[in-house]
Amino acid sequence: MAFESLTEKLQNVFKNLRSKGRLTEEDVKAALKEVKLALLEADVNFRVVKQFISSVGERAVGQDVMNGLNPGQMVIKIVNEEMIALMGSETTELELEPGKTVTVIMMCGLQGAGKTTTAAKIAGKLKLKGKKCLLVAADVYRPAAIKQLELNAGNMGVDLFSMGDKASPVDICRSALEHASNNGHNVVIIDTAGRLQIDDAMMQELEDIKRETGVHKTLLVVDAMTGQEAVNVAAAFNDRIGIDGVILSKMDGDARGGAALSVKAVTGRPIIYVGMGEKLSDLEQFHPDRMASRILGMGDVLSLIEKAGSVLDIDEDKEKEMSRKLKKGKFDFEDYLESMNQMKKMGGIAGILGMMPGLGMGIKQQDLENAIDDKKMARTEAIVLSMTRQERQNPDILNPSRKHRIAKGAGVDISEVNRLVKQFEQSKKMMKQLPGMMNGMGKKGRFKLPF
Amino acid sequence: MGLFDKLKQGLGKTRENISRGFDSVFTPNEIDEDFYEELEEILIMSDVGVNATGEILTDLRARVKEKHIKLASDCREALKAAIEERMELPEGAYDFEKGKAVVLVIGVNGVGKTTSIGKLAHIYKSEGKKVMLAAADTFRAAAGEQLSEWADRAGVDIIRGAEGQDPASVVFDALQAARARNADILICDTAGRLHNKKNLMEELKKIHRIIDREYPGAARETLVVIDGTTGQNALIQAREFNESAEATGMIMTKLDGTAKGGIAIAVQSELNIPVKYIGVGEGIDDLQRFDPEAFTEALFDRDDEKEENKDADT
Repeated sequence: MAFESLTEKLQNVFKNLRSKGRLTEEDVKAALKEVKLALLEADVNFRVVKQFISSVGERAVGQDVMNGLNPGQMVIKIVNEEMIALMGSETTELELEPGKTVTVIMMCGLQGAGKTTTAAKIAGKLKLKGKKCLLVAADVYRPAAIKQLELNAGNMGVDLFSMGDKASPVDICRSALEHASNNGHNVVIIDTAGRLQIDDAMMQELEDIKRETGVHKTLLVVDAMTGQEAVNVAAAFNDRIGIDGVILSKMDGDARGGAALSVKAVTGRPIIYVGMGEKLSDLEQFHPDRMASRILGMGDVLSLIEKAGSVLDIDEDKEKEMSRKLKKGKFDFEDYLESMNQMKKMGGIAGILGMMPGLGMGIKQQDLENAIDDKKMARTEAIVLSMTRQERQNPDILNPSRKHRIAKGAGVDISEVNRLVKQFEQSKKMMKQLPGMMNGMGKKGRFKLPF
Repeated sequence: MGLFDKLKQGLGKTRENISRGFDSVFTPNEIDEDFYEELEEILIMSDVGVNATGEILTDLRARVKEKHIKLASDCREALKAAIEERMELPEGAYDFEKGKAVVLVIGVNGVGKTTSIGKLAHIYKSEGKKVMLAAADTFRAAAGEQLSEWADRAGVDIIRGAEGQDPASVVFDALQAARARNADILICDTAGRLHNKKNLMEELKKIHRIIDREYPGAARETLVVIDGTTGQNALIQAREFNESAEATGMIMTKLDGTAKGGIAIAVQSELNIPVKYIGVGEGIDDLQRFDPEAFTEALFDRDDEKEENKDADT
């Protein structure tokens, strides 16, 4: 998959960047080259990428490298921050008109973006907030579009307004507004037909609806899988009709969703919701930070960097001591315990794996937990804790009588104690044979400890 | 209007976007790194993707060297050839249309499966075949109604199930009906599904098994529908669908917009799933068999377009 090669590449770039202190131009350039590829793979528009990269580059050169990060990681950190800032630093709410005014919301977008489904989802959300919504079926073109909205409205328990597919959309919307004020609805959501942004007649129709009904919020629905085209679509809709917010649909797929950045960059409008599933309840708030790391395609590698950094700050000496011991093959149960504690600080194995790029998205949490059992780790810890200090430092003295005592103390069967000791001896042997491997591993070394 | 013209008209925007860029690049200057960089930009802007773009450019460099091309303006043919080669259809790509066939149409949500099926039915029907449709999208609200509408327009029979019914059972019923009524081609609509939803992909496998078991004599064609506006995710989509349902071809839809559909080049060159049909509009006639030569030709040929515009004016 694209992710893997990308992360590998990044890692290689980082390896070569060893300078300390401030970010030099070369550091920035090397890291940004990979970031550029990452963004293009994520379908961020080429021009947007170029602009973004050059502005980030300017900001990054000369910055101090944070403790515990290498220059490459530092650049990624800056990229991430800039991306979050660009997408709007916080979540945006869909604002409704104050008082008794009926808020009119119009959905628009290309064919198949997910307008009808999203319209119903928004109605359902607002209903929960105590609003009385009216869904308006203004797609008179696509076969069965009205029926689809009708069924969705029924599922949500929201009222529907339809005049069939013979009336003009503008007339339908006008009548719908009347209907709404007569029946005490406070939000009207217009579902329009999908259209190409270059279809003049169809774009005119949206303009007419907006003018005739005084639409308050025009929401553009964009498929998260959209490619380079996203900028053209967003710019055209925004220029012609004026949009107030964006909804990113089909985010439950594995598209990296670079379209979000493109759309935001060309329209300046906030992304309000993301569609996370087929069910009508799967419409979620947009989180710029999550989106940024998804687009970068580095999983939450950044939070891994940050977490690792904070752990490192305290334990840097211990870390050095341990890698020295590892290299010499002098590794005892005390160290075993220590590395286990560090692991726990970082959220256990499952937590760490979840943060790794490519893994986080591809593997379900459930599968992860089945594969690696944090509970098993707790049992292991109990066994080690039941040893005396002498036993931990010198595992060779463990005889059957000691093992019995340990098993009792830990509340496990003696076979488990035997297994652990055996495993430990084996991995110790392995480490002795592979001193070369340890050199290359550096900071990552502790993740490969034999649990 | 000939097929080529129609394709060209459909691809007008695609071509305009790619070609406008190409024209500014193919200047009578010497080939330098800037030239390749500009080409790279244009190809990536057309969703061709970083990898496929790299391959095409490597290919182009080789051709340039081999043919001792000096000027950028002389690269046009070489680039055309490099792209066209990647878009070639394998032999017998449309053989399934000749005998009894079951066509399974799959894809993610909102790419235009149902619409494409309506148009496919129209093509086959107008070629004198007996066509039947199976509405096996029992999930999306009103999907069955939508397909019925298309069946009416094309004048073909349709087998429907109830909303929420097991799609495989609808396919089963349709297969029996197709055999009983001696239909030539049965086209099955399926619910849109994201390729990372495992259980839904399993469902496709089940449908496949049923087709094989219940109608062993028929050719089985599995067409993945890809939205022409889709970016790099289309590669993953095509790969996943191919793994669970052995895709034999692609339908590229929505090429009447400004989308460049360059992802087709990426999918075909990386996964070897050929584009067999392209959708270039909302009308029932707006689905065409894919012609790689015309596709590439249409991408580049600027002069013809000008002539065509003149013709239209007079």
